[in-house]
Amino acid sequence: MEQAVAAGDAIGYPVVVKAQVPVGGRGKAGGVKVANDAGELTAAAGAVLGMSIKGHLVRSVWVEEALAAAREIYFSFTFDRAAKLHLGMLSARGGIDIEQVAVESPEAIHRFHVNPLERFSQEEAVAAVDAAGITGDAAEPVAGLLVKLYDAYVAEDAELMEVNPLAVVADGRVVGMDAKVVLDDNAAWRHPDWEQWRDLAGLDPRERSAREKGLTYVGLDGSVGIIGNGAGLVMSTLDVVAQAGGRAANFLDVGGGASADVITAALDVVNADPAVRAIFVNIFGGITRGEEVAKGIVEALGRVDLRSPIVVRLDGTNAEEGRAILAAHESDRLVSRPTMLEAARTAVALAAS
Amino acid sequence: MSILVDASTRVLVQGLTGSQGRFHGLRNRAYGTSVVAGVTPGKGGMDVEGIPVFDTVAEAVEATDAVASLIFVPARGAAAAVIEAGEAGIALVVCITEGIPLHDEARAFHHLARNCPGTRLLGPNCPGVISPGKANLGITPGEIALPGGPVGVVSRSGTLTYQALHELTRNGIGQTTCVGIGGDPVPGTGFIDCLRLFQADPETRAVIMIGEIGGSDEEAAAAFIAEEMDKPVVAYVAGVTAPPGRRMGHAGAIVSGGKGGAAAKIEALEAAGATVVLDPTELGSRMAEVLDL
Repeated sequence: MEQAVAAGDAIGYPVVVKAQVPVGGRGKAGGVKVANDAGELTAAAGAVLGMSIKGHLVRSVWVEEALAAAREIYFSFTFDRAAKLHLGMLSARGGIDIEQVAVESPEAIHRFHVNPLERFSQEEAVAAVDAAGITGDAAEPVAGLLVKLYDAYVAEDAELMEVNPLAVVADGRVVGMDAKVVLDDNAAWRHPDWEQWRDLAGLDPRERSAREKGLTYVGLDGSVGIIGNGAGLVMSTLDVVAQAGGRAANFLDVGGGASADVITAALDVVNADPAVRAIFVNIFGGITRGEEVAKGIVEALGRVDLRSPIVVRLDGTNAEEGRAILAAHESDRLVSRPTMLEAARTAVALAAS
Repeated sequence: MSILVDASTRVLVQGLTGSQGRFHGLRNRAYGTSVVAGVTPGKGGMDVEGIPVFDTVAEAVEATDAVASLIFVPARGAAAAVIEAGEAGIALVVCITEGIPLHDEARAFHHLARNCPGTRLLGPNCPGVISPGKANLGITPGEIALPGGPVGVVSRSGTLTYQALHELTRNGIGQTTCVGIGGDPVPGTGFIDCLRLFQADPETRAVIMIGEIGGSDEEAAAAFIAEEMDKPVVAYVAGVTAPPGRRMGHAGAIVSGGKGGAAAKIEALEAAGATVVLDPTELGSRMAEVLDL
């Protein structure tokens, strides 16, 4: 709070206080406020700090000079999967209603592709700015920023870099007023500086615990805990559980080549969800080996205080060895089923009992 | 016949000396695949149970006439490994590695497209390709596949590919070739490439196609099926109950703004004349009906 006021005093009033959260739509959620003096700034920062915006707790605010935008420009780079090329988007009609503009007047957004092997040149940027209908004194600085944005998008391994709005202020300055950046987790190893921005605190506690263990987890609202290998199989498991009349409590993908430790960690995460009444472990081994999965389950039975029965369906690489390990430990807490549908039915029945 | 690989395909394994490369490389050889070389920089001159290891792909090709490469190199070096294979003239590069940074993957894809027109990339982040009884390049458990055809399988999801093979085999239906195209944002080979090859393969009588939510590749494949295929297609799309807007594992598996959802994909495939099942364990029995077995 004191830091916010100090920043306001240093910048000079009026200032804008902006919630720092990793989701869009914060302005509409009340996370952006104007303050005309230190008193208003204290009130604004007090109101915004501690707010929850789309499930993210606001733990810090950004304070900056309040500027009246004469024009608002939208620009971004992202990857276009259909074209397999980088996609630049630029519009003279930026601002908080850009999504509406995209639906109602798609022609107001100029789109262009950049081959990942190429740089994006100043000449191309000038042409894009012209095609987007951005004219006058702002054209040149906007083109320059577009080139810089592309370079940053590539150098920083971003999946999305978006500035909206880029404001053209009455005195001619061009100022980025809000930006959204999505970084590629797969590239985190070459960006050790990203660690400081990681906001695990804002996540669902179940998702946070899974993330810390390196598992891909999405919390849902049913009672059947799901653990599987491969996004496709796990999604399919959710579908089959629904067909069997149940609801999944989560999506949890242990990925390829999961070791016994990873399986134990996954059981730990799912077990911690109080809504879970039965756990369905669905593994079809390729790079994942059946005996590792079975060892992990048996280990978890000894180590974790499992509240719910486990239903396992195991097939694929070394499934025989895995099933033998499970058979030696079969009980009313650990059940093996030969097919996905039978296992789903059993898990749904156990969750309901 | 089969597509992409058969018993005569000479294969080198990039990353053969690593734990995954060794396990699966040897398993592929035990299946009958002609694994002729391994490549690990700095380990040239070694061998892995009789398979000679070279420092570079070019040296391995020179010495062994390998035409296909199977990549188990860790994510940090996998894109460079793909490019190295392409530049050494490898015709089929199968990249199993998952977790490759998007920008690396995009650059590797376009590098091959621009500089190595004779190279086909399969993957990354895929289970590979198996022509049952002939060759297995990748991590598909060979024992769940049944040789002899007449069904071709193409899938975006690794584990569901195995499910499909398992269900076909259980129903006594053999496979010509099963291709896992992978779930990454920039797959080297897509549904349409495989559907075209299966359509042209005289021994393939029908095709199983497994899609996932996210992107629009299934819709594009549906258009291809409607316009260019006369062989029957049985399809499954995972993620019917996935909540919109949530990312579920694969970079590919994202539903947003009503686009990329399972319902639209299923509708497009049905409109194209494909038989769509809602439970992957029905893939085998429905295929038996379609083939009138």
